[in-house]
Amino acid sequence: MKTLFNTTALAAMIGLSAPAAASLAYVSNEKDNSISVIDTETLAVVETIEVGQRPRGILLSKDYSKLYICASDDDTVQILDLASRRIIDTLPSGEDPEQFSLHPNNRHLYIANEDDAIVTVVDVDTKDVLAQIDVGVEPEGMAVSPDGRWAVNTSETSSMLHWIDTTDFQIKKNLVVGQRPRHVEFSDDSKIAWASAEIGGTVHIIDVDSLEEIKQLTFSIRGVNQDKVQPVGIELTSDGKYAFVALGPANHVAVVDAQTYEVLDYLLVGSRVWQLDLNKDESQLYTTNGVSGDVSVIDVEELKVIKSIKVGRYPWGVVIDPTS
Amino acid sequence: MRTTIRLLLPILLAIMLGLFLSSGAQAAGLAVQIGYIQWSPDQGPVLSNVIPEPADAGLRGAELAIDDNNTTGRFLGQTFSLDSVIAESEEQALAALERQLAAGIELFVLRVPATTLTALADKAGPGVLLFNAGARDDALRTGDCRPQLLHTIPSYAMLTDALAQWLNQRRWQDLLMITGPTEADQQWADAFRRASQRFGLNLVAVKPWTFDADLRRTAARELPLFTQTDDEYDAVVVADVRGDFGEFVPFNTWLPRPVVGTQGMTPEAWHRVVESWGAAQLQNRFRELAQRDMTSEDYAAWAAVRSVGTAVTRLNSADAAQVRDFLFSDNFQLAAFKGRKLSYRPWNGQLRQPIPLVHPRGLVAQAPVEGFLHPRTDMDTLGFDQPESQCRIH
Repeated sequence: MKTLFNTTALAAMIGLSAPAAASLAYVSNEKDNSISVIDTETLAVVETIEVGQRPRGILLSKDYSKLYICASDDDTVQILDLASRRIIDTLPSGEDPEQFSLHPNNRHLYIANEDDAIVTVVDVDTKDVLAQIDVGVEPEGMAVSPDGRWAVNTSETSSMLHWIDTTDFQIKKNLVVGQRPRHVEFSDDSKIAWASAEIGGTVHIIDVDSLEEIKQLTFSIRGVNQDKVQPVGIELTSDGKYAFVALGPANHVAVVDAQTYEVLDYLLVGSRVWQLDLNKDESQLYTTNGVSGDVSVIDVEELKVIKSIKVGRYPWGVVIDPTS
Repeated sequence: MRTTIRLLLPILLAIMLGLFLSSGAQAAGLAVQIGYIQWSPDQGPVLSNVIPEPADAGLRGAELAIDDNNTTGRFLGQTFSLDSVIAESEEQALAALERQLAAGIELFVLRVPATTLTALADKAGPGVLLFNAGARDDALRTGDCRPQLLHTIPSYAMLTDALAQWLNQRRWQDLLMITGPTEADQQWADAFRRASQRFGLNLVAVKPWTFDADLRRTAARELPLFTQTDDEYDAVVVADVRGDFGEFVPFNTWLPRPVVGTQGMTPEAWHRVVESWGAAQLQNRFRELAQRDMTSEDYAAWAAVRSVGTAVTRLNSADAAQVRDFLFSDNFQLAAFKGRKLSYRPWNGQLRQPIPLVHPRGLVAQAPVEGFLHPRTDMDTLGFDQPESQCRIH
């Protein structure tokens, strides 16, 4: 697979006479209908790709050859071929797709359809809709456990986590959490799930074996009104050391000890920080800052913000291609 | 594909319900009925009648929230329904309440004038919970409170404080105010006078609107002269609640100044241009249901029914006293698309909320404006704070 990718990449480089590939970060700009491409070496935007309307959730295929884009206002998921940087296909997504998650089998894409209170499961190879699962009001966050067993959806207005069994697409548990749950992130061993509740101001730690909450985190930043502490994106380091939590209009990212669940630090980033992603060696964390229209880059070793990069209007999601 | 899945829905639901029963975590089959009563007295003829207000403003918001509650409730074995009445007189509204009380309803959303509201509250007695989704009168928040009455619609004071904060921030401090003749206009103007004192604004002139000419023909001639003053002003504030003459003030002022207040740039509980904080989704759902834009009354009724839904999700009970206790507890927070968690003020039952400042096609700002501080929450810089209100309902 890797060889195949490199061949395609090489062909693309020749075709487009692009500079030698550095590791790239992709950022969806919700109000610019575009994807900003950031070179993670130079920390500069190297390209802006026009995509469908209101792009929000983005993710990479497991072979890193394609970027899937929720084009919310086009009611479709677009597939961007990363070698040619062209939209090569679309998937049936149901209405208003916002976030999605790809099963480790690289085929089953779980899509939250925010306006319809439905999760749609699409086979990305055959484009068949495998299931549409009724969930709570405004399904938003979507995560599939790394072991492939669970797909979890958060419904914002119902304030629930819906645990969908990936073998039969049935909901096996509905867990009520804080108000307006936004995002779920699994630990690499699939044993722990972290769920953020934006209006509740909390992060809920769920034991995946029992599907019960084992801990609730709250955040408090000096000089920031408690109401503005609104957790959204979560990112975990693979060594189990840190969890990073984007705190929305509090304009900070919380650094949490992923073992003791103690909040270690708060890092000041841009306005209304939404989503996060780590680069390949996990030395840098990228944050999308919706209101200030930029991306902050955090040095993970130093726990310091080292750069902010201007992107399009209302940057929403960020993913970093670890292969490039 | 979608159709087949839809056909499977009842089976899926049955399976899910079965799971709940087998897990024993939730008692199944809680049915919650909410009463909705609306009565709007005739406003009389108005000049700005080009764009009429929807007659079902409020009702449709309550209906949407019932849908939202049911989508959540289906996972918990809870169903919600609305018994709604659009009355044509206060007597009809009282009769509707009597019938609903007799049917065992304990939770009510009311969109009626203040006098009707207090009459309904007194008739209903203490064992119920009522939400005011229509009356903005400050008196209902400062002295004439009822323990069983909460308010999801912002008061005039909250709206005018929002506007005054913004004017202060813009340094547009010298103002001409034009006041209409109705009681509501006077209430709005009084609220703005209070706000202007709180936020350091200066009314260089206050002019009562006394014309009865049809301004659609003569606005361009009448208003420039009418808005001449001895002292210069930074903005014109209009107090015209029912929308009689105010729409004709913008662009017709003597000085080239913006118009704010009940027309021009207005403080609102809700407006179609609000889209941040997930509001776009609420607006979409509402439009799909009602085939029109969501108004402040729709939002207030939605917030009331969602408050009940949020409480019932947590309590698995719809007992009015328990719901009321929960709504006043620290555990309650309403996610209501304004970027903040909303809660009820314990002294007068008013729902704290940010106030969008809008013009017909865009959002200008959202109050509380940054920099106006409060020891509890900056949302309490809007409206009557605890020491300013005689009410102590909780």
